[in-house]
Amino acid sequence: MSKNTRTVILLLAAAVLIALIPLFALKGAEFGGSDDAGSVMVEEIHGEYEPWFTPVLETALGGEIPGEVESLIFCVQTGIGVGVIAFFMGRFVERKKWMKLTGKEAEEGAPDAVH
Amino acid sequence: MPKTKKEKLLLKASIAFAAMFAVAPVSNAMHIMEGYLPAGYCVAWGVVCLPFLIAGFISLRNKTRENRRNLTLIAMSGAFIFVISSLKIPSVTGSCSHMTGTGLGAILFGPAAVSVLGIIVLIFQAVLLAHGGLTTLGANTFSMAIAGPLVSYGIYKLCEKTKVNRRVGVFLAACAGDLFTYCVTSVQLALAYPSEAGGVAASAVKFLGVFAPTQLPLAVIEGILTVVIVIGMETYAVPELRSIGFLSGKKEVY
Repeated sequence: MSKNTRTVILLLAAAVLIALIPLFALKGAEFGGSDDAGSVMVEEIHGEYEPWFTPVLETALGGEIPGEVESLIFCVQTGIGVGVIAFFMGRFVERKKWMKLTGKEAEEGAPDAVH
Repeated sequence: MPKTKKEKLLLKASIAFAAMFAVAPVSNAMHIMEGYLPAGYCVAWGVVCLPFLIAGFISLRNKTRENRRNLTLIAMSGAFIFVISSLKIPSVTGSCSHMTGTGLGAILFGPAAVSVLGIIVLIFQAVLLAHGGLTTLGANTFSMAIAGPLVSYGIYKLCEKTKVNRRVGVFLAACAGDLFTYCVTSVQLALAYPSEAGGVAASAVKFLGVFAPTQLPLAVIEGILTVVIVIGMETYAVPELRSIGFLSGKKEVY
C-alpha cells in the first residue's frame, strides 16, 4: 500500500509538471484552443470558410457564450465527474476498512496478492 | 446476444434516435467545430457510429444485468471521461487542448461500451458549451468514442498477451488512444478539406501538424491519470474488478 501511495504521488506530480512547464517555458503565449487552430487551418487550405451551422446555444443566445459562463459550465462538467468518482471511491475505501475489521477480507483472498 | 422484448425495443429506440440525428443537421466529430464539416460527411460519420453505439448499448445492458454492481464501475468510467475531457491543459505549442479520458472505459468494458459513455459527454459539450457540435457529433463520436477506445483496447490486450506489466499496459493504452483520437480527427478534416496541392494526404499532414504536437504531452498526462485511477480501483474495488473480468479470481456474488 505504501508503495502504491508513493507511485500515485510521483505520477500525479509528473502530470502536474507536464501541464505547468509549458506555461512557464512559453511566457506570453496565448494558449488558445487547438480546436480553434483547426478552424484557422481549414481557412488556410480552403480559403474563407463560413461555418454552415451555428451551435444551438449560440443561436439561442444570439451570440457567443460569455467566457465566464463557459468556464462555469466546464466546472459543472468537472464537478459532476469528480462527484461521481469521489462518491464511489469513498464507498469502496470504507468498505475495505470495514471488511478488514470484520475479518471478511481473508475470504476475499488478500487483495495485495493481485499486484 | 439474448434478444428480449425490452432489448429489441431499446435497439429500435436507438435506431430511431440515430435516424433523427441523420435527418437533422448531422455531423459530430471529436471537436471538429460546429458547422465545419459538409453535411454529407456529417451524415456518413453518424451512420458509421450507429452499429457501435447499439452494440455498446447492448453490452452495457448485459453487464448491468449480469451484476447490478457493475453499474458503479460504469458510472466511474463515464465520470472519468467527464472530468478528463473538461480539463483544458496548456501544451508545448502554446495552445491549449484537452484529453479524452476514454481509455479507462475501454480497458474495463471494451470499446463498444465506451462509445455510449463518450457520446453523452460529447452531447453535453456540444449543447451547453458550443464545443464540438451537434452537426459534427457523428464524426466526433467516431474519433473520440470509437476509434480511440478501439486502439486503447487493442493495445491493452496486446500488453496483456505479451505479459507486459499491467500498469505499463494501461499507460500505453490510454496514451495511444488519446493520440489516435486526434489523428482520426485530422484525417476526418482532411477528407473534407483536401488541400489543392497534395490532396487528402497533404491536408492530413497539415492538420496533424496542428493537433499532434499539442496533444503529445496531454496524451502522457492522460496515461498517467488513467494509471492512477486504475491503481485506486485495484486497491479498493477488487470485487467489482473481478466481476467484470478485469482481475482474475472467482466472481463474488453480492
